[in-house]
Amino acid sequence: MRLADTFALAWGTLAQQPRRTALIGLAMSIGVGAVVVLTALGEGARGYVLEQFAGLGTNLIIVIPGRAETTGAAPGVLSGETTRDLTLDDADAVARIAWVAAVAPLNVGAAQITRGSLGREAVLLGSTAPLLTIRHMHLGLGHFLPPGPSDQATPVCVLGDKIRAELFGNANPLGGWVRIGDRRFRVIGTLAAQGQQMGFNTDEAVVIPVAAAQQLFNTPSLFRILIEARGRAAVPRVKTETLALLKTRHEGEEDVTVITQDAVLATFDRILTALTLAVGGIAAISLGVAGVLIMNVMLVSVAQRRAEIGLLKALGASGRSVRALFLAEAGLIATLGAAGGVALGLVASFVLGRVYPQLPIVPPLWAVAAAVATAILAGLLFAWLPARRAAKLDAALSLSRR
Amino acid sequence: MIQLDKISRTFQVGDQQVLALREVSLSIAAGEYIAIMGPSGSGKSTLLNLLGLLDRPSSGRYSLDGRDVTGLNEAESARVRRDKIGFVFQFFHLVPRLDAAANVALPLVLAGIAPAERKQRVAQLLADVGLSERADHLPSQLSGGQLQRVAIARAMSMHPALLLADEPTGNLDRATGREVMGVLEGLNQRGATLIVITHDQEIGARARRRIGMEDGRVISDTAT
Repeated sequence: MRLADTFALAWGTLAQQPRRTALIGLAMSIGVGAVVVLTALGEGARGYVLEQFAGLGTNLIIVIPGRAETTGAAPGVLSGETTRDLTLDDADAVARIAWVAAVAPLNVGAAQITRGSLGREAVLLGSTAPLLTIRHMHLGLGHFLPPGPSDQATPVCVLGDKIRAELFGNANPLGGWVRIGDRRFRVIGTLAAQGQQMGFNTDEAVVIPVAAAQQLFNTPSLFRILIEARGRAAVPRVKTETLALLKTRHEGEEDVTVITQDAVLATFDRILTALTLAVGGIAAISLGVAGVLIMNVMLVSVAQRRAEIGLLKALGASGRSVRALFLAEAGLIATLGAAGGVALGLVASFVLGRVYPQLPIVPPLWAVAAAVATAILAGLLFAWLPARRAAKLDAALSLSRR
Repeated sequence: MIQLDKISRTFQVGDQQVLALREVSLSIAAGEYIAIMGPSGSGKSTLLNLLGLLDRPSSGRYSLDGRDVTGLNEAESARVRRDKIGFVFQFFHLVPRLDAAANVALPLVLAGIAPAERKQRVAQLLADVGLSERADHLPSQLSGGQLQRVAIARAMSMHPALLLADEPTGNLDRATGREVMGVLEGLNQRGATLIVITHDQEIGARARRRIGMEDGRVISDTAT
């Protein structure tokens, strides 16, 4: 029997019962549509997070004091401090490594900032001039921190947009004085409003020279050293050289942790991909349910069409041909359902994309392909039993019944 | 052409063994016209099913065209049915959703014959039974006699050497029945071996050889 004839005959049977065919197709469509929409959402979330990270700069290398390792007791508990502080000298040394584009030491703390009678709590960032480019901040008014030796505690500050608005209102803040802790700082610039960026709001920050911050917090150590490599390819090299350099500077002990944006990015990527797969997998369960539905309907159909099956056998159809005929029916329904499901999923994704414009919702091609393949496979798999039953039907017996 | 050697067929009904055929031996030559007659339950239909390879004997040997077909597997016997045997049923057994031409074409489709050749052969077959202008009618739009003629055209589509008819007139009025028998006899005259099961004495009398059956045995055979 020719393949085209098999499908033509199968199609004839399906077209005979349009409502039944449409309903099973719909069940398949819902399953496939669910997979498409949910994976699209998952991929959208992943794309959103990756985009946010890219906004922070993918050439970024961060040095954190202390070493990330698992020990029985917290380090320092038994033998006093084991980690050496990161210092400004460390930061200056790192800046001389080849392939390093810029280095910004960073101190973070909270401090009261006041102007006259107005005052509020602000996040204080102690850093140097390169911070602006490394963190992709944007300047609103005036200048950022002046370049120069990092240990110079010039009493100047740059205000986040919200701090500026609350302390100065509509007045020009440039050249004004504010009091931070027990010191006075001259405002030399403001940051443009940027809003939330990976959980940190620069609008509520105040940037001062790192040396001034160290004096203010009375500490010789740094919170972080931010390093920007010259290009993505240089990131691993700069990372190893930074580690080696800091090891020699810290009496041969590797007591810092160096993380790269890439590593963080890769971790998030993995987590969110796993999430997408999990959600897609759960949706795929409904394809199995649709498969059971196909099986049920096919079993009924085999029982109803005993005479026809017997006739086909009498006319010379082998068991194989009969089985092929029923599998073709199931395959056609599943394919139709899958096509409907993809259409359904695309429309739903488009609508969701309109509702949440910040999420890049596009169904991933692999998920669409996998959903369609699973649907067709489920259809054929669940039709196997009814098809086999039809193929094994006793022709003489089926024909004798009226 | 057909050689049956001590063919028996038992059915299991509940925990009882029912002997439908008891050591039936028959020899049928090519081109014969045979009527098998007997009361219901005499084993006529079982015999016909065995001849048509729709059923297998419990014991005995069946050879068709000099070939032992007793032990053929399912696919092989399907092939023999397709190429050598044509069936005509009491209840016509046409596929309701297919028009007359498509019903006639079914065996050709199952044999994997190309659509172009199929079309040509179906037109000839329908012309042979005088239904050319009904080719695109659905079974529901045809009369009983027309339905049986479509079924005969279908049975002949692969030019089988053996034509098996199980009560072909059982569902038709007498005049139409005679007409249908005429078509079958015409095919027999052109060389096909025709075996007809019937209750009807008048139809049976038209055959050149009559086999009477009772209790699974051949009790009379005009050839011997």
